[in-house]
Amino acid sequence: MCCEDLKEEIEISEEQYLKIDEILNMYQDPEGNLISILQKIQSELNYIPKVVISYISEKTKIYESKIFGVVTFYSQFRMAPIGENLIMLCQGTACHVNGSEKIGETIKEYLNIDVGETTDDNLFTYTNVACLGCCSLAPVMMIGDKTYGNLTTDKVKEILKTIQKKN
Amino acid sequence: MKIKVGASSCGIAAGANSLIEILESDYSNISTEITGCIGLCYLEPIIDIYDEDDNLFRHVKVTPNDLKEIIENPKSEKTLIKKEDEDILNRQTRIVTENYGYINPEKMEDYLNAGGYKAIGKCVKNLTPKDIIEEMKIAGLRGRGGAGFPTWFKWNAALNSKNEKKYIVCNADEGDPGAFMDRSVLEGDPHRLIEGMMIAGYAIEADEGIVYVRAEYPLAIKRLQKAINDARNYGLLGKNVFGIEGYNFDIRIKAGAGAFVCGEETALIASLEGERGMPRLKPPFPAQKGYLGLPTNINNVETLANVPWIINHGASKFASFGTETSKGAKLFALTGKVKKGGLVEIPMGMTLREVIFELGGGIKNDLEFKGVQMGGPSGGCLPKEMLDLPIDYESITKTGAIIGSGGMVVMDETNCMVNMAKFFLEFTCDESCGKCTYCRVGNKRMLEILTRITEGKGKLSDLDLLEELAIKVKEGSLCGLGQTAPNPILTTLKYFKDEYLEHIEEKKCVSGTCKDLIHYIINPEKCVGCTLCSRVCPVGAIDGKVKETHFINEDLCIKCGKCYDTCKFDAIYID
Ligand SMILES: Cc1cc2nc3c(=O)[nH]c(=O)nc-3n(C[C@H](O)[C@H](O)[C@H](O)COP(=O)(O)O)c2cc1C
Ligand code: SF4
Ligand code: FES
Repeated sequence: MCCEDLKEEIEISEEQYLKIDEILNMYQDPEGNLISILQKIQSELNYIPKVVISYISEKTKIYESKIFGVVTFYSQFRMAPIGENLIMLCQGTACHVNGSEKIGETIKEYLNIDVGETTDDNLFTYTNVACLGCCSLAPVMMIGDKTYGNLTTDKVKEILKTIQKKN
Repeated sequence: MKIKVGASSCGIAAGANSLIEILESDYSNISTEITGCIGLCYLEPIIDIYDEDDNLFRHVKVTPNDLKEIIENPKSEKTLIKKEDEDILNRQTRIVTENYGYINPEKMEDYLNAGGYKAIGKCVKNLTPKDIIEEMKIAGLRGRGGAGFPTWFKWNAALNSKNEKKYIVCNADEGDPGAFMDRSVLEGDPHRLIEGMMIAGYAIEADEGIVYVRAEYPLAIKRLQKAINDARNYGLLGKNVFGIEGYNFDIRIKAGAGAFVCGEETALIASLEGERGMPRLKPPFPAQKGYLGLPTNINNVETLANVPWIINHGASKFASFGTETSKGAKLFALTGKVKKGGLVEIPMGMTLREVIFELGGGIKNDLEFKGVQMGGPSGGCLPKEMLDLPIDYESITKTGAIIGSGGMVVMDETNCMVNMAKFFLEFTCDESCGKCTYCRVGNKRMLEILTRITEGKGKLSDLDLLEELAIKVKEGSLCGLGQTAPNPILTTLKYFKDEYLEHIEEKKCVSGTCKDLIHYIINPEKCVGCTLCSRVCPVGAIDGKVKETHFINEDLCIKCGKCYDTCKFDAIYID
C-alpha cells in the first residue's frame, strides 16, 4: 500500500453511499462482521477508498484505525481502484516450480506495468496470488472469473491480446 | 445415453464449460450433468458417457471437435481413457472421494441416492455423542489439516466443555500454495462436508457450524452455499432437524480475505470475529474459549469429510486401511514436475516412490527426480534416497518434513533447492502476522542470507548462521507459522547441502535457475547464424552476421533466457 494512493481524496457518489448504508444495515453487529462488510463494499466499489473507511467509522463507531488495520492486513482488500480486468497470476509452489516467474515477466513486459499496477488504458491490473487451487494445470492465472492453465509465455500474450482486441 | 462432465475448477480451466455449452445447445436430448474432479487433472477435460445399458466410456482431453464423434460412437478410441490411466484410480482407496465422478455436486438428491445423510440419521437415532467419539477413537482418524492431532480427543474436550452454546468450525482456508484437496471436496461433494459437520456438531453438542473458506475459491463457495440452502430447505439444517424437537443445527459460510496465517486456528477465530488474523497463546484452547469466547471445535474439511464414511462403514473398516499409527486414507495433491499431476487418495503407508512414479507416472520429460516438497511452506524437501519411505505421520515427521495438509510438489534436476528454500521463505515473510520478533525479523534475516547465496555473494559461515537462526526462529515463535517456517531451509541444508556449497564456493547453480550464477553461451558447432536470437534479445546483447556464428556479450546480457527459449537448433546452452 503506497501512501501516495492515500493522499488522493476521492469522492464517491450519493448512490454509492446509499449502497454502503444498505450493506451496513444488513448487520446487527458490524464490528464482528467487519470483514464481510468490507468484502461487500469492495465488490460494489471495486476498492475501499479512504473516505469510505471514515464513513464506516462514523456510522458504526468502530475506530478508523481498526478498520484501516483490517483493510491492510488482508491481501484481498485494496485502497486503490483496479482496471477492468484483474489478472491474478498464481505464484504458488506448483506454479513456481513450473516457471510462473517467467510468465510474470512476460505479463509485465507485454503490458508495461509492474505488480500491483494498472495499465494506462485502465484495461488491466496485474497482481500475484498464492494459489488458485488448479495446481495440476500449473502455471495458472485468473482474469476476472476465468481461469487459464498450462500457460506458456506465448499463450499468455495471446490471451491478453484477445482481451485487448475485444475492447 | 447420459453424459457427465468433470466441472471442478481444474476441469473448467481446461475447457469443460465450452463442452457443456455445446452439449446443452446441440445435444439437448441427452442428459448432461456436471460432476466433481476425479483427480486425473492432467487428462481434463474429462467426459463420461453412459450408454443405454449404463456402460461407462470415459473420454479424456476432449475438445469441442471430438464431441460429435464420441457421442455417435462412445467406443471411439481417439479420446478413450487408456488402461494405464484408469489403473491410477483403481490403485486408490476412495473414501472422501467415493462420489467424485458420479454425483452432481449441485444436486442434493444425488448425494441422498448415494446413501448421503444416512450416517447422521444413524447418529441421532442410535448413538450418543460419547458413542460417536468412541467410534472416532477406534477409527484412529487424525486431523488432516496439518498437525495430525487425533480427532476424537479434540471432540471429547469440546464435549466436556459444558456450555449452552458451542460452535463447530470447518477450516477451509487451504493455505498451502500447491494443494487443493479441500477445494475438491467443496466443489465435488459439498453435502459430505455438511454431513460431517452435522455429526461433529452432534458429537460435541454444538448447534451452529461455520465454514471459513478462502477467498480464492469462488466456485467452492457457490457450490457449498447451494448445498447448505438445499439441506436447509429439505429440513436437514435449521430447527428441529429430522423432526426431533430441540435438535437444532445450522451452518453458515464466512469467506476469508487472503491471509495464510488465518489457517491457524486461533487466528482463524480472530478473523471470524472481524479482527486482524493474529494468533494468540494457547491455552486456553478453542475447546474452552473459541469463537466469541465460547467452546469451539475446529476441524479441517478433509477430516470432517471422512466422518460420514466412518459412521456408515464402521470404524474398524476405516482402521483396516493405513498403518498402525496413521489410519485410513489421505488425499494428496500431486503436482510440480510429475507427468500425471492430480489428486490421489491413497491408504496411509504407501511409499513416496509408488505415489510419484506409479500413480504420478514419473517425472515430466523423463528428467531426473530431485526432491519432493511435503507440507508446503511448513514442510520439507525430501531427496531421492527417501523415495521408499512409507507415507505415514511418524515416518515423514522423522525426516524433518511433515505430511501437512497433503501437498506434494515434485521437483526435477532443473529446480534449484536453494531457490526453493528462498521461495518458501519469501512466502512466510510475506504472510507472517508480525507479532513475534523471531518470526517477523528472524525470517527476514534468513531470507537475506539465502538471497545473497543465490546471488553468488554467500560465505561458508552463512550456512552455520542459517542453521542457528533457524533453530532460534522455531523456538521464538508463538504459532505454527513461525515454528515451521525454517523447515524448508533445514531440510534442504540437510539433504541438499552440496547445492548450497556449489552456490557459495563455486558460484554455480547447476540447475540453471539462479540468474546471477549462470551464463548463456552459444555453441559455435550448432549455431547456423539464423539471427533469431539477436532479434529477440531485448538488450541487444547478441552479435553476429547472417549465416555466421553469433556471440553473447556477457556484460550486456540480463539472463532473461529469451534466446535460449527461441533457438531452434539447440545452439544455446546454460553454464
Ligand atoms: C500457519 C498455519 C496455517 C494453517 N493453515 C491451515 C489450513 O489452511 N487448513 C487447515 O485445515 N488447517 C490449517 N492449519 C492447522 C490448523 O491450525 C488446525 O490445526 C486444523 O484446522 C485443525 O483441524 P484438524 O484437526 O481437522 O486437522 C494451519 C496451521 C498453521 C500454524
Ligand atoms: S509465529 Fe509469526 S505468524 Fe505466528 S504469531 Fe508469531 S509473528 Fe505471527
Ligand atoms: S500453485 Fe498455482 S494454482 Fe496452486
